[in-house]
Amino acid sequence: MPDYDNIRQQHDMGGLDKGPVAPSEHEIVLWEKQVEATMRLLSMREDKIVTVDELRRGIEELPPELYDTIGYYERWIMSLSNILVEKGVLGRAELDARVRDLEAGA
Amino acid sequence: MPHDAPEHAPGHAHDHDHAAIEADEPQGYYQHLAAATRSLLIEKGVFSAGDMRAMIEKIDERSPAVGARIVARAWTDPDFRERLLAQGKKTMKEEMDIDPVVADIVVVENTADVHNVVVCTLCSCYPVFILGRPPDWYKSYAYRSRTVRDPRGVLREFGTEIDPGREVRVHDSTADMRYLVLPMQPEGTEGWPEEKLAVIVTRDTMVGVAEAQAAG
Repeated sequence: MPDYDNIRQQHDMGGLDKGPVAPSEHEIVLWEKQVEATMRLLSMREDKIVTVDELRRGIEELPPELYDTIGYYERWIMSLSNILVEKGVLGRAELDARVRDLEAGA
Repeated sequence: MPHDAPEHAPGHAHDHDHAAIEADEPQGYYQHLAAATRSLLIEKGVFSAGDMRAMIEKIDERSPAVGARIVARAWTDPDFRERLLAQGKKTMKEEMDIDPVVADIVVVENTADVHNVVVCTLCSCYPVFILGRPPDWYKSYAYRSRTVRDPRGVLREFGTEIDPGREVRVHDSTADMRYLVLPMQPEGTEGWPEEKLAVIVTRDTMVGVAEAQAAG
């Protein structure tokens, strides 16, 4: 029998035991809403620039150590920006440059 | 790997508590990445700042109250209930003008013999346009991993004890197939008007981690 615990990907956690459920309910904050809305604006149009499946695939492709250390909408924006670059909607260089500008100006 | 984080992404030493992120917290890499993505898409004319504002408003206005209206209608109208269980999305859309937007919706009915509970083990698929955004616990590793392994134990952590004689069915959602639990109508609420019934239908009863109570 294959060793499923070693071949399964990071996101594939059904059936594992990750401890008791904490009843957390934190309110979503503005930048998280903006990430969510960016995704929906791209997926809910006729030409579907990014689909829900693509977003999920991009999240599943994140390196396991990153997947486990960043937050929910942080995973979304990593996946979303990677897919936009992959599809040529955004250039990696212009995206990195814009991030640096924002970091410098913040 | 083609989608590695950019070199300056802090893939380690990420020690702040996500549950406590506030809007006025100093901006980190991911907030900048989000703002950079958004501003470039707006500059390229993919969508406008107004589209962004309207979309946030559209998502914000969805809440469990939308799902509660559907459940209350199903409790009071047996024909509607039958159509809802047969074709969830179509029935909501055509008969109540409620558009679940993405994905198909399968409505699963709790009975004296069966209790249903919904999870998304792979990510966080959830009927957002019927229940609003999912709560944190729905997205937690604990809920995602254990609901398919020990559903009765997980339900117990929510204070919900399912009689051993009742079957517990777990539904694992996907991007294209999401679920809404039709809870059992509590005893003593027969004959209540729809609006009054809708008040006792909570988010947790429609995910299946709680049962509807007459007291609400």
